[in-house]
Amino acid sequence: MKYVDEYRDGEKAKPLVEAIHQAVTRPWSIMEVCGGQTHSLARFGIESLLPPAVSLIHGPGCPVCVTPVAILDQALALAARPEVIFCSFGDMLRVPGSCQDLFQVKAQGGDIRIVHSPLDALALAERHPERQVVFFAVGFETTAPANALAAHLAKRRGLRNFSLLAAQVRVPPALAFILESPDARVDAFLAAGHVCAVMGLAEYQPLAQKYQVPIVVTAFEPLDLLQGILMVVRQLEAGRAEVENQYARLVRPEGNARAQALMREVFQIVPRTWRGIGTLPESGLGLRPAYADFDAEIRFGLKGVGGVESSRCLAGQVLLGRLKPTKCPAFGMECTPEHPLGAPMVSAEGACSAHHRYQPASSNPLLPAASAR
Amino acid sequence: MCLGVPGELLERLEGDPPLGRVAFGRIVKEVCLAFVPEVRVGEYVLVHAGTALEVMDEAEAAELLQTLARLDGDLP
Amino acid sequence: MRDLLEGLMLPSFQDPLLEARHDAALLEIQGVRLAFTTDSFVVSPRFFPGGNIGELSVFGTVNDLAMGGARPLFLSCAMILEEGYPLEELRQVLDSMARAARRCGVRIATGDTKVVDKGKGDGLYINTTGIGLVRDGVALGPGRVRPGDAVLVSGDVGRHGVAVMSVREGLAFECPVQSDCSPVHHLAAALMEAGLDLHCLRDPTRGGLASVLNEIALDGALGIEVDETAIPVAEDVSAACELLGLDPLYVACEGRMVAFLPPNQAEQALTLMRQHPEGCGAALIGHVLEGPVGQVQLRTRLGTHRSLDLLSGEQLPRIC
Repeated sequence: MKYVDEYRDGEKAKPLVEAIHQAVTRPWSIMEVCGGQTHSLARFGIESLLPPAVSLIHGPGCPVCVTPVAILDQALALAARPEVIFCSFGDMLRVPGSCQDLFQVKAQGGDIRIVHSPLDALALAERHPERQVVFFAVGFETTAPANALAAHLAKRRGLRNFSLLAAQVRVPPALAFILESPDARVDAFLAAGHVCAVMGLAEYQPLAQKYQVPIVVTAFEPLDLLQGILMVVRQLEAGRAEVENQYARLVRPEGNARAQALMREVFQIVPRTWRGIGTLPESGLGLRPAYADFDAEIRFGLKGVGGVESSRCLAGQVLLGRLKPTKCPAFGMECTPEHPLGAPMVSAEGACSAHHRYQPASSNPLLPAASAR
Repeated sequence: MCLGVPGELLERLEGDPPLGRVAFGRIVKEVCLAFVPEVRVGEYVLVHAGTALEVMDEAEAAELLQTLARLDGDLP
Repeated sequence: MRDLLEGLMLPSFQDPLLEARHDAALLEIQGVRLAFTTDSFVVSPRFFPGGNIGELSVFGTVNDLAMGGARPLFLSCAMILEEGYPLEELRQVLDSMARAARRCGVRIATGDTKVVDKGKGDGLYINTTGIGLVRDGVALGPGRVRPGDAVLVSGDVGRHGVAVMSVREGLAFECPVQSDCSPVHHLAAALMEAGLDLHCLRDPTRGGLASVLNEIALDGALGIEVDETAIPVAEDVSAACELLGLDPLYVACEGRMVAFLPPNQAEQALTLMRQHPEGCGAALIGHVLEGPVGQVQLRTRLGTHRSLDLLSGEQLPRIC
């Protein structure tokens, strides 16, 4: 596939790896923000290519992982209602709420449909005027334009049976929170390429400036990630702290104006609770009052419904880069992909799941019986 | 939340919002073009959640591959 | 599922035949060796590009018998129909099963039909049970796999899962990926008749190639290493997996075979497979190791290694 295969070329990776090794003189901690980056790094075993001095921390860039238990519980309540067709991306199906997950509700008879796009949910609403169609609008700014478009079209078409359960989150406040934290151990960031394709680079300049951290926006293929790491390391070694764009083939500095305009029309910035972390001001997107009719929380009177998080789950520590998944006492023991305590073990993007699934072959201390069953 | 796949726009389709037939290798899917109305047939778009987010810049892509090739030449 | 099997079924029945954990039970009755297997089919949608539940139920059981080193002979067919299930559809399913059985050279010798109330079943469920005659001198199973053995696959992987998933609502592709739903017992027979010292055969189904490799590694108490660049994945399957966020190594197949045999016979086996209509995409994908026991490792296209673990549930399409 064009624009994919070229960036997975093993031969071209070698000079990048060599250059990183040559550039590094001191230990550096780099946080990669996006779940897609985590997944790719793990899938291609990229960490094993890096010099030991460079450590990668998996950040909170997993909107699935950070969706608060309360909203999950609202989703579960909605999905169980007989009049509701509950539409969601596949990622959310196995994320545990307080007691169960959407997959279990589906098995119990809830009409839950996996969709690839919020526009598919909209089409369902038009085909089934007798049912209430709710779309689980999770995601970072990458997904917000499509979610906004679905709400915008629903309003324009006068649909009375479509609503969004909005759980959108914004990346920059999370980065600021991490950097503000007294035991912050992040020297630089690899920023999320597709988030920036939508939002541009402007929000990251003040962060780089204020906290003196290099921020490099990367794409997701192995060569992109390696080049992004090289760019970060060169900045760190030279004492620079700038925003650079490794994903220039897609990301424009100003982002996508049309997408941003529609997001502003439909959404407003709101405080948002991040699972395992807490409430961060201005870190979420919620529906504007003009779109109240399409807000599932209002339509179904869900305020106050839900959730208690597991106290055994240290997701917050993992998501903030303070704890490596393998160092969590529950990892691989009471917390496995089959019996997850929290979302980072469920979602394929979650730091814990990625570690569990793509363990470097030589360092797996677990017997097969523990991990496979 | 970032799974985006590049695909080639084969054909624009009438509609509101504007749609297009996009090819990913040999898989063809209908994609929403609302955010890239200026895209031309033959260009590549990055598709996420059934929606094209941006148009790929071929020149930048080519430059990246050249940079990577030069890197190989630079090292002893 | 494995928890159910290990924690409930096996302890309840306590039979060494079951505990061998083969695809087919190997029986000996008055000196005659038989393979005996059963499988139930609940696939949704019932009709998918490249096949339907009917032929799947025939090929699936035929393939399981073949993996036991047997010549498939007879099948039973039990159907559970939901009240109101369209007769025309049932006719198509039955026709498919008849054609599939003829293609495989097996007879559907006995059966049963039940009708349940509307809402009590998902349209149609099929169970097929099969009996075959185990070839003389053939003993296949994870216990026979040895360090150094070559690992071969008969064709490209991940087709069936993508074909089924892609027709579900909202994920349809214009030009659908076709399932690989087909028999592989002729191929297995050809390999056995060539006098190759086959150690183990397994047909990857739900859970895909990676799951089969894990099962063999666990049951054979060995390690396995495979090479990402050697594993055949068709271009359209690969593209569909990229779009849906799936790893093709874990996506279901329904007409493929993995073979374990001594490395010095790999070349001959490959040549034979590639000349056979059921094996034209065959490839040598890796080798068996002493250890780490129960571990499957993948050498990625970047030359790095990662562990290919058993997944706990079916992969779901993702956006993240």
